[in-house]
Amino acid sequence: MSQDYRSMWAELGLDLAAHDQLLAVLGQAYADIYQAQADRPEAMSYFDFVMSEVHGLRIRELLDARKAGRKVVGAWCVFVPEEIVLAADGICVGLCAGADVAMDEVEKLLPRNTCALIKSSLGFKLGKLCPYLESVDMVVGENTCDGKKKMYETFAELTENLHVMDVPQMKSADGRRLMLNEYRRFLTAVEELTGVEITAERLRQGIRTANAKRRAMHRLYSLRAADPAPISGLDALLINQISFYDDPERFTASVDAVCDELKARNEAGRGAVPAGAKRILVSGCPMAVPNWKLPWIVEGAGAVIVGEESCVGERGLRNLVAEDGGTVDQLLEALVDRYFQVDCAIFTPNPDRLAHIRQMAADYRADGVIHYGLNFCQPYQMEAIPVAAALEQDGLPTLRVDTDYSQEDVEQLKTRVEAFLEIL
Amino acid sequence: MIAAGIDIGSRSIELVLLDGDRILDVRRQDTTFDPLRQCQRLLEGVSWDTLAATGYGRKLFSERWGGDTLTEIRAHAAGARFLHPEARTVLDIGGQDTKAVAMNEAGRVVKFEMNDRCAAGTGKFLEFMATGLQIPLAEFGTYALSGARGVEISSMCTVFAETEATSLMARGVPGPDIARALHMSIVTRSASMLRRVGVVPPVVFTGGVARNPCVVALMGQILDCPLVVPENPDHVGALGAALHALS
Repeated sequence: MSQDYRSMWAELGLDLAAHDQLLAVLGQAYADIYQAQADRPEAMSYFDFVMSEVHGLRIRELLDARKAGRKVVGAWCVFVPEEIVLAADGICVGLCAGADVAMDEVEKLLPRNTCALIKSSLGFKLGKLCPYLESVDMVVGENTCDGKKKMYETFAELTENLHVMDVPQMKSADGRRLMLNEYRRFLTAVEELTGVEITAERLRQGIRTANAKRRAMHRLYSLRAADPAPISGLDALLINQISFYDDPERFTASVDAVCDELKARNEAGRGAVPAGAKRILVSGCPMAVPNWKLPWIVEGAGAVIVGEESCVGERGLRNLVAEDGGTVDQLLEALVDRYFQVDCAIFTPNPDRLAHIRQMAADYRADGVIHYGLNFCQPYQMEAIPVAAALEQDGLPTLRVDTDYSQEDVEQLKTRVEAFLEIL
Repeated sequence: MIAAGIDIGSRSIELVLLDGDRILDVRRQDTTFDPLRQCQRLLEGVSWDTLAATGYGRKLFSERWGGDTLTEIRAHAAGARFLHPEARTVLDIGGQDTKAVAMNEAGRVVKFEMNDRCAAGTGKFLEFMATGLQIPLAEFGTYALSGARGVEISSMCTVFAETEATSLMARGVPGPDIARALHMSIVTRSASMLRRVGVVPPVVFTGGVARNPCVVALMGQILDCPLVVPENPDHVGALGAALHALS
């Protein structure tokens, strides 16, 4: 951190000693995993800066915005429509969920066999370690998997500003209606929170801002189709992760700057890895900061990740919202049109996800797929079995990896990943 | 040209020296807490033209001595195939890992399974249980073979299995019967791993646990096909590494 933020963190009620430790571990991991990479795009320096200030300057910005009367909404999931928050001149931020913290406290409230992401979400609250969580005016929980649903019941006891949004489980007409009603209810809640009446013009502007961010990311995704890949999967994952935290307009411009550089690299045939490096598509559970374990292992073994079929990746950011609706109702319908296509494994059945994996594997010329499952994440671990079987049937080698946030299985994972690369 | 292959495992380090297709020498050391020093000892007075390393310590080794690295999965497949050219499936049970490997007719690895983090059902498990029953590890298999069937240990976890074994002892169940049940629990787990990759005979059984006659016998029964055990099953990984170095 370039400044001393201790008084700010103290005012937010963070556990300063534990927070110092967390930042030290994060900083070390970042140096070892990110800064150790060779030949990174120069424009990544912006994202390095954002990461170095992830609990500092960005939090200061949020607090300054609140002082100026704006509201901050925090969420963990890509089903929460940022457009509605932006329409009310609010700020939407992702909440911490990527590291094991305060596990002793968490396991008093949740069963041990709960997935690492859910435990982490609660752990950051119990351990007073997520400055985002302590800087928001509203926290949005979403009824996706059973684990999250029940965790929010526990979470509700710890905070007064939790808004729980229901999410359909089937892509039926009723499911669609449910999503529309829930988005309308969320819009009302955001209006009440901010005191801003969300007009069609405001909502359209929010949609435009979110779409611009997505368009920049789509450009990044397509540039990674080049061989040699112009950017590492680790760096691409980082950009995906930061998309949840950063100011959307500044983020969009920064992604465009990376893309311009990648375009030049592609034209010069210059890669972040040597030509011929094995190309891997990662599919499955989301990887929140600082969960870089699998990509670090895959790229450490000499392969390159060319796409993430993940909420922190293309599943979360593909598809745009139509901007031409004339009324709030029409724009809400347009929002649902887009979000209803998110092929999260909570949906049953969920054939679109397999189709998307196949599409991505073809578009990005993947040599193999690694299915990433968090232990105890039933939806993704269960889908992994038929998904892997279908991909193998296509002749696309697939490795299923089930893991968590701990480091104890790193050596075994390295052996499995390297053996998988040897097969390709 | 002399090729050296080294396999730095969790329990032991093996070295194989190969001159063309002739095995010149095989050596072994315990891994201990200082594997590099043990490698140094193993390599004393040895010369080679090319070398490769496999096993957990492969990266550490290649940083010090150079040479290529390959995973144990590929190494065991190559080693097994060299000793038994018709081999299609390999089961390797080492100190802390179990691996099932399927190869196509050409000997190329097409599928594998491996335990993800826990050393349940590996050599460590047997070692632990032998200590619990106060039987020397080298005799544990023979001891278990004399046991009768009928006792079951359902847990794969070393700690839980020990609890189960202790309560069986408290009920007066004879030691060899308990030992047999402990062996059976390893066999059941490894067999299901093998079935996930597909059991195409001949199945070559490698790794230190292949020296255990009870595991070999029970595995053959459960898979309904005999297992081929090389003369030095714990050297197959190092042999595969030497072959890789040659190629």
